[in-house]
Amino acid sequence: MIDTIVQILVDAVSLGGLYALTALGIGLIFGVMRLINFAHGDLITAAGYLVFLLAGQSVAVAILGALTVAIVLAVVTERVAFRPLRRADPATLLISSFALSVFLQKTLILFVSSRPKGVDFLPELQQQVTILQVHVQLLEIVTIAVTGVTLVGLSLFLKHTRFGLEMRAAAENFRVARLLGVRADRVIAQAFAISGALAAIVAILFTAQTGIVQPRMGLPLVVVAFVSTVIGGLGNLTGAALGGFLVGAISVLLQSLLPEDLRVFREALVFVAVIIVLLLRPQGLLPARGLRERI
Amino acid sequence: MTDRAALLTITDLAVRYGAIPALAGVDLTVGAGEMVSVVGPNGAGKTTLLAAVAGIVRPAAGAITFEGVSLVDCPIEAIVRRGISLVPEGRGVLASLTVLENLKLGATIRRDAAVKDDIEHYLEAFPILGARRHQPAGRLSGGEQQQLVIARALLANPKLLLLDEPSLGLAPTVIDQVYDLLQSLRGRGLSILLVEQNAARALRIADRSYVLNGGRVRLSGRRDEIIAHADFDAAYFGLAMDGRAAAS
Repeated sequence: MIDTIVQILVDAVSLGGLYALTALGIGLIFGVMRLINFAHGDLITAAGYLVFLLAGQSVAVAILGALTVAIVLAVVTERVAFRPLRRADPATLLISSFALSVFLQKTLILFVSSRPKGVDFLPELQQQVTILQVHVQLLEIVTIAVTGVTLVGLSLFLKHTRFGLEMRAAAENFRVARLLGVRADRVIAQAFAISGALAAIVAILFTAQTGIVQPRMGLPLVVVAFVSTVIGGLGNLTGAALGGFLVGAISVLLQSLLPEDLRVFREALVFVAVIIVLLLRPQGLLPARGLRERI
Repeated sequence: MTDRAALLTITDLAVRYGAIPALAGVDLTVGAGEMVSVVGPNGAGKTTLLAAVAGIVRPAAGAITFEGVSLVDCPIEAIVRRGISLVPEGRGVLASLTVLENLKLGATIRRDAAVKDDIEHYLEAFPILGARRHQPAGRLSGGEQQQLVIARALLANPKLLLLDEPSLGLAPTVIDQVYDLLQSLRGRGLSILLVEQNAARALRIADRSYVLNGGRVRLSGRRDEIIAHADFDAAYFGLAMDGRAAAS
């Protein structure tokens, strides 16, 4: 019994961690631009393919490659696709992010085909380890540890650095931040770079877990992460992370508790749970305070 | 027109929101070390005037120069770096950030070693801010928030401070404190452009004033000149004037 509970907990935190990191990537961009960037999923995909391409090299090279491509792609897409539209209404930005997502997907398919490809990345992490007399996959422990370190690192960055302070100010009220001298271009580019790094971390962990890459691999993660940010409270990063963990936990719990023939409805039931949360708290669990118009 | 060297010069300024004119043909100057007030009723265009100087809205026509350099089409943050700080209407406190973080952000454009000392100076000068330095700014009262945003704006070491309705929503005793603070800032030689609905107080404290109504300057001059002018009530309240627009 106890080993089942521990296993469910580990699964929930591990999956929730991936959702939380993806939700933070989306939440950061929403904070400074009021943009739901659906192309975030394609950053995950691009980083996943870098892992695939560099899996034969050393682990450090594959990780650095994935981080570099996701960060550069994030910053370039901001410069090319979103900066010219910065004064446009949110619907225009949203459509632009869909268009960018389709463009990136189709471009990728052009070069690598649409078929999934197997990746043997970090196979040594597939082994089981015993913790408190419970057998757990090492990769899940690594996923939880990486998620924890990333969340703490991001939190320290936002709370204790000058750039982090500027980003929090811009997220709360961009106009006031600019009136204090915060440079709009720099703070937005920073947010995109960090969201790119988060996308790469998710891609590395997700690719190691699933062992495959395919051109739409980022999309389901982004959809769940978007839902997580809404549950957590759009514009609140703590809420985004919390929402991610919550959706992960609900998903794993349903997977474990539902009778086998009802498990096909797991995702539908996750979204029913989301609807219930939003009916009870339409602004999300942790509504953002003082959310104002962008720029 | 100011006798002092002009720091800010606005010439024939027009601002439109779509087809609706908000300002038309506005001329205004602020001299070095001078406090100038702009008074007028709600909807007169006062906030739009400050927004145009601060780069928040783009003029449809006219010129805005600061120390002889045009501010038209300058990004907001570049205008701050030139030496203009705006305390916006509604105060613009960053509510989820602490008092100390708000003050640190005030010094965003500075890289000198004196920033820490200056922040400490303001925390001592405004004891309530010092006592609540680690609390979220959103928990401060209206008067305390007003002190915070003025201190925050001053931390940029501006040459010109723009204040939009600093007395709005404050209790009379708190308004006294805010105006005492403005008086002491003027005494230190800071140039101030003050926008107020509270005409009596603004006219009293300023070296010169402008009465704005319907997006146009109706009267300008020193307090006694404006008060004594036969058209003051008409200019302020937007009653019909017989073509005698400006006092000076």
